[in-house]
Parts: sequence; C-alpha cells; structure tokens
Amino acid sequence: MKNKSEFQNTKEWYLNNFKSFEEKLNGESKTFLHDLRKNALEQLAYTDFPSTREEEWKYTNVSPILKQNFIPAVNLGVKKSAISKDELKKYLFSGFDFYLMTFINGIYAEELSDLQELPKGVVVDSLRLLMKTNPELVNGRISKFVKAENAFNLLNRAYSTDGAIIIVKDGVVVEKPIQILYLTGDNESPVLSVPHNMIIAGKNSQVGVLGVYASSGSKTHFTNSITEVFADESAIVDLYKIQNENGKSYHYEKVEAYQLKKSIFNHYNFAFGAEIVRNDINSTLDDENIETHYYGIYLANDKQLVDNHTFVDHAKPNCMSNELYKGILDDDALGVFNGKIIVRKDAQKTNAYQQNKTVLLSNRAKVNTKPQLEIFADDVKCTHGATVGHLDDTAYFYIRTRGIPSELAKSMLIRAFANDVVEVVKIEPLREQLNHLIFEHLNRVEIENK
Amino acid sequence: MLVIKNLHANIEGKEILKGIDLEIKAGEVHAIMGPNGSGKSTLANVLAGNEGYEITGGEIIFEGKNLLELDPEDRAREGVFLAFQYPVEIPGVSNATFLKTAINEVRKYHNQPELTPKEFLDLMKEKSKILGMEESLISRSVNVGFSGGEKKRNEIFQLLMLNPKLALLDETDSGLDIDALKIVSNGVNIFKAKDKAVLVVTHYQRLLNYIQPDFVHVLYKGKIIKSGGKELALELEDKGYDWIKPELVESETV
Repeated sequence: MKNKSEFQNTKEWYLNNFKSFEEKLNGESKTFLHDLRKNALEQLAYTDFPSTREEEWKYTNVSPILKQNFIPAVNLGVKKSAISKDELKKYLFSGFDFYLMTFINGIYAEELSDLQELPKGVVVDSLRLLMKTNPELVNGRISKFVKAENAFNLLNRAYSTDGAIIIVKDGVVVEKPIQILYLTGDNESPVLSVPHNMIIAGKNSQVGVLGVYASSGSKTHFTNSITEVFADESAIVDLYKIQNENGKSYHYEKVEAYQLKKSIFNHYNFAFGAEIVRNDINSTLDDENIETHYYGIYLANDKQLVDNHTFVDHAKPNCMSNELYKGILDDDALGVFNGKIIVRKDAQKTNAYQQNKTVLLSNRAKVNTKPQLEIFADDVKCTHGATVGHLDDTAYFYIRTRGIPSELAKSMLIRAFANDVVEVVKIEPLREQLNHLIFEHLNRVEIENK
Repeated sequence: MLVIKNLHANIEGKEILKGIDLEIKAGEVHAIMGPNGSGKSTLANVLAGNEGYEITGGEIIFEGKNLLELDPEDRAREGVFLAFQYPVEIPGVSNATFLKTAINEVRKYHNQPELTPKEFLDLMKEKSKILGMEESLISRSVNVGFSGGEKKRNEIFQLLMLNPKLALLDETDSGLDIDALKIVSNGVNIFKAKDKAVLVVTHYQRLLNYIQPDFVHVLYKGKIIKSGGKELALELEDKGYDWIKPELVESETV
C-alpha cells in the first residue's frame, strides 16, 4: 500500500501545480488548447499512473519516476537559455543539411533554431507560437489521434504548451530533414519537459524529421513527450528518434501514427539509455496499400531500463508492416520489447513481419521480449521471431584468428549486430555517428569503417 | 616448425582427438585426409585455438612456443593462420577495415610500425590481383553477400595479406568449381616458401592435384592411422578408406 500513497502524492503534486502553471500562461489560458489541458487534468485526477500489475507495464516499474516531483518547465519560468548556438553543435547530428528547431526543457527557443528557406507549402513552427499566429492550423487536429491515454500522456497534455508542428501541403517534398533538438535539464530543479509534436503530411508529400533528445547536464529530468503523425494518401514520413539523455534522467514518448492509402511511415528509434526509457509507438493502417516500417536499436548498461512497446493496427486489406528491433544490453541492464500486431477481420492480404533480437553482453543483463499477434483475418502472412543470446562464438573466434584482440573482436561483432538497422537509415551521414554513439555508450573500443 | 605430441581433445565431453602425433617442418606441405567425422576439422580448430574444444592431453609446440598457452589472437600473431571451412560474415565491417586492423595488430605484436594507408592499399591491390578479385570488394563487408566460392577465395586473400608462417586450410576446396580451385591453389602456391608450412585438411584428393603435398596423413577416429607421400592421396582416391581402417584390416588378418 506504500506505493499507492506515494503515487497518490505524486499525482496530487501535479494536480496542485496546475494553478500556478495557469498563472504563468497569461493570455494562453483562454484557448481551445487550454480547454484540452483542463480536460486532460480532469482525466488525470481519476487515472492512476501505470504499475507493474498492468500487463502493458509488467516489466517496467516506473516508481523511480513517481518518487520525485518534477516541476513543469513553465512553472519554473521560461528564461533565455544560457547556451549559445555554437554550443548546440555538440548535441546535433551533422554532415548533412537540415532545418533546426531547438526546444529547451520542452519550450521552443527561436534564437537557437534555424528555419530559413523553408519551401512553400510547409509550416514548421512551435505549437506555442502557432497558437498566437495561426491557431486554426492546430485546432481540431492536435490530440485527434491520441487514444488509450495513460497518466503520463495525460500529464503531458495537461502541462504541454509547446512542441514541433510540421504541416506539409499536398505534393510538397521537403528535401532537407528537420532536426529537432530537445535539450533538457539546464536547471537546478528536476524539470518536467512535455513537448507535444504533430506532423501532418499531405497527399503525395514527403518529409523527414529527426528528433534528438539530449541532456544539458547530469541532473535528473523527465522528458514526457507525445508525437502525433498523420500521413495522408501516398505521403512518405520518415521519423527518426535519437534518445541520448543522461543516466539519471527518465524518458517516455508516445508516438501515434495514423496512415491513409498508399502512405509510408518509417520510424527509426535509437535509444541510448537513461535511467528508464519507455517508448510506445503505435500505427493505425486505416486504408489499403499502406506500408509501415519500424526499426529500432536499444542500448542499456549499468542499471538502466529500456522498454519499447510497439503496436501496428492493420485495419484494412493489402497493407504491409515490417519491424526490426535490436537490443544490446550490458551490466545489470533490463530490456523490454513488446511487439503487438493486430490484423483486423477486414485486413485480408496483410503482410506483417516482426523481429526482435537482443544480445546480452553480461550474465546479469536481462530482456523480456514478447511478440503479440492477434489475427482475425484468414488470408494473411505474418511472421515474428525473437532471439536472445550472446555474441556469436564462431564469429568471435574467426576474428581473433586474424590476430585481432578480443575486445576489438567484440566491438566488430557489436557493429555487425547493429548493422542491419543502422544501414537502413536513409540519412547516410547519420550512420557512422550512430555507430560512434553505440560504442561510446557501451564503453567499448570503436570500430570505424574507413 | 610445428610439433604435435599425443594430442587429445574433447568437445562437450566427447573425445574427438585421441592422441595425435605430427611434425611439420618449414618448407613442407602436409595433407590430412580422412572420412567425415574423423576429427580433421577439430585438429585445425584446436591448432588455431578454438575455445569450444577442451584439450585433455598432449602438447603443441610451434616455433619453440607452447601454443596451448596462447589465445587465438596470439597464435595468429605468432604466425598461425586458419582458413575456415565456413568463413564468417561480418556485416558493417569492410574487408579493408578488417584486414588493416588485423595486419596492424600483428605488426604491433612484433614491434613493427603500422602500415601507412598507401602501403596497405598497395598490398591489397597486389594480393587481390593474384586471386582475381575485384577491387570494389575491398570496401564491401567481410564475406557479406559472397558466394561459397568467393568466401573461400577471401580466406586465401587474407592468408596472403597476413602472410603467416603456417597456413591451416580447412576444407578449402569444398564448394569450389574447377576454375576457383585453380585460383585458390595458385594463391596457396604463391604463399609456399622454404620458411613457411602448409597443412591442408581435405576430404578429397582433388585439391592435392594443385597443391602438392610432401606428406599425406590419414586421420580416422581421432588418430593418424597411416602416413605416406603424395601417392597415398591417389591411392585413397582410388580405393577409398576401408582398406586402411584398423578394424577392417584386423578382421581380414584374423
């Protein structure tokens, strides 16, 4: 019962802080967005935070997140960031052209962003600014696809004032990807960052978005994000996520994608660890000839926990989904993978593939992996597979017989293991930078391909 | 160069090698032949240091050093090379990266400076030409997307690049067509020198037409039951193994 009261206190903390939050909003409290916030807050009042008694959270104990009172960024007061544009570079991925949005503690920092020369027919803006200049672009769209909300989602929506809004008109191809840096934790107090992002890709449009989550220091913080994606007919949306926050921080994101006819949604998820990382990634394939691809790499060491829950909802016929998630766990790390696929009664001729592979680098690391296929149509092709193991002994021996020392041999095998996910990254210069991060996070000798 | 004395080895508690004695001198080519399951591949793997096998007795002395005390990488640095029967794919690691790392690790062990990029590239070009390999292969991942024959060829390419003292060829001929067999054999013959030695492990005599052995040994049930010159290989090709199997030979004499 102790936990229950602890969680209750935490919830009350968030409920009680809303008043001072509202006071900081000034004119922003009389908008439809604020009505949505109040509605979310009301729901939060009677929604418990997830516990391990629930199937969806069985292996992920979030009580460390709930033992602390994180202060919503707005309550802390938004001040000009001390960081310079030059200092941002160490967090950004480079070697390619991109538009840049920077969020400090979840709040847009215009002076640290660069959205010059956006093509016609593309809106890339901060939710907060757009609410002032053109709220109609947001009204009726935001929160439309968020469903089955848990207390974290409600917490986000109650306190979120900002996020990246990307709206691409029909037929527009955005050539350069939009890199979005979410830099959190530059504060004495433990901050709650609650960005709410939305990508709307019109018919035949194409857009690539690279969300980078980083910590500006070593203090604890809680990033609790929502990203909604709408891909209209024949749109192609590539959404990359590189989560690279400090070991004391907590991270949760819900991605909710809704796809129409012939659209393609590619999600690339690189989780480099925090104390607890949880991703809920959902796609609804609500028309024919849709493609959904989920690729993931998850790394964890020390006592970190990384949990990826994916859910592909095949609602209509002739669609294809493909999922490949690979994990590398060291020390006492814990991994969770839950891949749910529903093929509804109408969704004949569905092709759905899912694969989860985890390599354990220590004897103490653990992973709980669960494919969850619910198939109600009779003419479908669905495969899934999950493997858990150590680095391949034969390959390890092979490399060493060439005079290569054991540590380097292991690094080569780690690189080889991650390769089939890394190599599908379309932004080529990202690949080596991702490899670099893999070795950096595992504290292993780096193998660079030259 | 290599002295093996009364070598015993197990895998998962099952004895595979039951007392092997073999001496290989510099400049010699030895062939180990024998039916499936006789322990040929085990011998090659044990020499290279495969930790999947447990050594239960005997010794292996290579150039005066006790090989059994060395890790696989140190055996390689001392000059032992195993061309694998089933070469391993390493996606994401190019042949160039792989070989450059390997060569420089061996050089470091011998207190030699690393190869410059130019020296390395020249070496790659020279050796790949011998094996008729395309240069584009250099930037491709190790063995990924290679056919069985290409993988075997790549093993010999690595042999020439690393230029060890002792080459152990484990069923290098399997899966090769006649043209590939000639190319691979030519590579091995170029490697051959008076300060080098080769141990060919093979099921068939075919490869020995191109890589001429000085000695042929028949391995059967974990023991060398017959040794001879290269004519022994031809005899085996002709008559099979039955005529030298001890239990059959014994039953005939009874």
